[in-house]
Amino acid sequence: MTSNRLPAGGPNRIATRFAAVAAEGRGALITFVEAYDPDRATSEALLAGMPAAGADLIEIGVPFTDPMADGPTIQRAAQRGLKAGATLPATLDMVRGFRSLDAATPIVLMGYYNPVLSYGPERFAADAADAGVDGLIIVDLPPEEADELTVHTGPAGLELIRLVAPTTDDKRLPVVLAGSGGFVYYVSITGITGTRSASEAQLADAIPRIRRATTLPVAVGFGVRTPEQAAAAVRLADAAVVASALIDTLSGDLDEAGRAKPGTVEKVLDQVRALAAGVRGARRNNQAAE
Amino acid sequence: MNKPLSPALPNSLKPNSFKSGPDERGHFGTFGGRYVAETLMPLILEVEKAYEACKADPSFQAELDRYLADYVGRPSPLWFAERLTKALGGAQVWFKRDELNHTGAHKINNCMGQILLARRMGKTRIIAETGAGQHGVATATVCALFGLPCTIYMGATDVARQSPNVFRMKLLGAEVKPVTSGAATLKDAMNEALRDWVANVTDTYYLIGTVAGPHPYPAMVRDFQSVIGIEAKQQMLRATGRLPDIAVAAIGGGSNAMGLFYPFLDDTGVRLVGVEAAGHGLDSGQHAASLSKGRPGVLHGNRTYLLQDEFGQILEAHSISAGLDYPGVGPEHSWLHELGRVEYVAVTDGEALEAFQLCTRTEGIIPALEPAHALAHVAKIATTLPDDAIILMNLCGRGDKDIFTVAEALGVKL
Repeated sequence: MTSNRLPAGGPNRIATRFAAVAAEGRGALITFVEAYDPDRATSEALLAGMPAAGADLIEIGVPFTDPMADGPTIQRAAQRGLKAGATLPATLDMVRGFRSLDAATPIVLMGYYNPVLSYGPERFAADAADAGVDGLIIVDLPPEEADELTVHTGPAGLELIRLVAPTTDDKRLPVVLAGSGGFVYYVSITGITGTRSASEAQLADAIPRIRRATTLPVAVGFGVRTPEQAAAAVRLADAAVVASALIDTLSGDLDEAGRAKPGTVEKVLDQVRALAAGVRGARRNNQAAE
Repeated sequence: MNKPLSPALPNSLKPNSFKSGPDERGHFGTFGGRYVAETLMPLILEVEKAYEACKADPSFQAELDRYLADYVGRPSPLWFAERLTKALGGAQVWFKRDELNHTGAHKINNCMGQILLARRMGKTRIIAETGAGQHGVATATVCALFGLPCTIYMGATDVARQSPNVFRMKLLGAEVKPVTSGAATLKDAMNEALRDWVANVTDTYYLIGTVAGPHPYPAMVRDFQSVIGIEAKQQMLRATGRLPDIAVAAIGGGSNAMGLFYPFLDDTGVRLVGVEAAGHGLDSGQHAASLSKGRPGVLHGNRTYLLQDEFGQILEAHSISAGLDYPGVGPEHSWLHELGRVEYVAVTDGEALEAFQLCTRTEGIIPALEPAHALAHVAKIATTLPDDAIILMNLCGRGDKDIFTVAEALGVKL
């Protein structure tokens, strides 16, 4: 099998993409697909279509039976994915397929630790890098417990992306950021995914605090749903992550049997286009004001 | 009798004391730890710090002791089950009567400790998960006692099969939120309680009901439940002049068992036996025996034995007892299992039902279905032992809550 792993020591796809986006004077849009939601073909079509629709980076959700940080939208997406046969190896296979179409768009796997632990951290790091994965967000793996995974992800060239929450105080921030890579994912609310949204004032308070502690790009997620919210996020941060809003569009368009309709994928991609326009417009407004 | 410790590990790898866990990061060997989302990490560290301060403060223990004595009704008696012993024909069976506690189970020992901690931390709202409803009732009770609002997450399946406890919680002023995700049982209730906590970080205290969850909960809940074993040890010495040969307790998450076992861990002449729920049978795929049939993984903030498929997806547990119906187990049990200090066995729904009826008829005590599992194992081993052998069993809850489940299982229409 061909490896999609980039040469060791060279720039990671995530760093390359953030640099390119910054050179365009704008923020990045990070979109989300739950693997196998509602079936493999639909999630692959979404994944394949997202870069052209304006996604700069893509997160792929790895379904887990007990997603304790997720709200009902992503919980149900995970259940649909599992029902359709999603597993961690099958998700890596999706990434491999995507890499045959797109060698540049960074792929970040987002999920929970038990499937990774069950796969075996060492084998997982190697297989994920070979499949063309660039970064990992493991929601329930805080820095205190991450050693057994980072010892393998580092050599494989995988970035471990850390979550920073509003509850992460200045004293704890360096603990969370030590060993983090790719970008910093700011969980902008205290709550689960797809529920409430942070205000611009809250972001204006939080983002500079994180910037003082890291040189990595900062992405804002949890509660970013509309092009306006995405624009607000990238006026302060380097990227906006949109997940639940896209899944709501997908799940709202499924037929009674839970299957995607002929226009479902385009509907979600239209939303990606609108979000991308919001993100791209934001910095231009910003620059015009400067 | 006094069988030597099973040599699961070479002696060089065994700790000096079986009571040495956890380490400062909350690990029992490779188990335990703190596997939670970043939003919760600072809260968990705050709970740990506050609990350490309470442990070092004699006034905390004095306050707890007063509530345990005058409100909970401790110490609970130690009872020689003479008619049951005769019926079984073998070892003497002694019950630690934690079903006589206020609210009818051992759960309140832990709730009393944690509510005093929550008050010292200045928290003004309490959340909890519950399976059978015993922990929910105990939590709702201490919240009523201190005038704190409380929300109990309970799987919708459990709400249906434990309706008396649901009504009890509501009478006590708690809000009971049925959880419909997953199989709608204890595991899903715990997910939902964690989601609530993530969204209510400033005012809310999560009162976990068993020796699971992220550090410090497994150690803290064990400490609060250890009153069971501390009392039992003294009572047994007073009554018989010696320690029991075997101590037996049921295991769901494992809090009553940890409470009984912990003070005996370094008395290696005492065999310790944890009884898991084998449901329809260990090979049926419908059971809750995570130590017998599971493998290590990460769920609900800790690393422990879990029922899971080959891809690390968590499997649904099954037991006639809602309190044992959980696909994991406390991390300290996983550690003691690997060390070989505690033996873990499993008992089916049918065996537990028989023991339930045996206890009721011979001792006039209706046990909960959870300790009925422990008793079913006691019944199996008592007959193989001489009549001077002593078995100590934790009768950790009364069975009033289970009479509808038992009636249905026996084909009786109420």
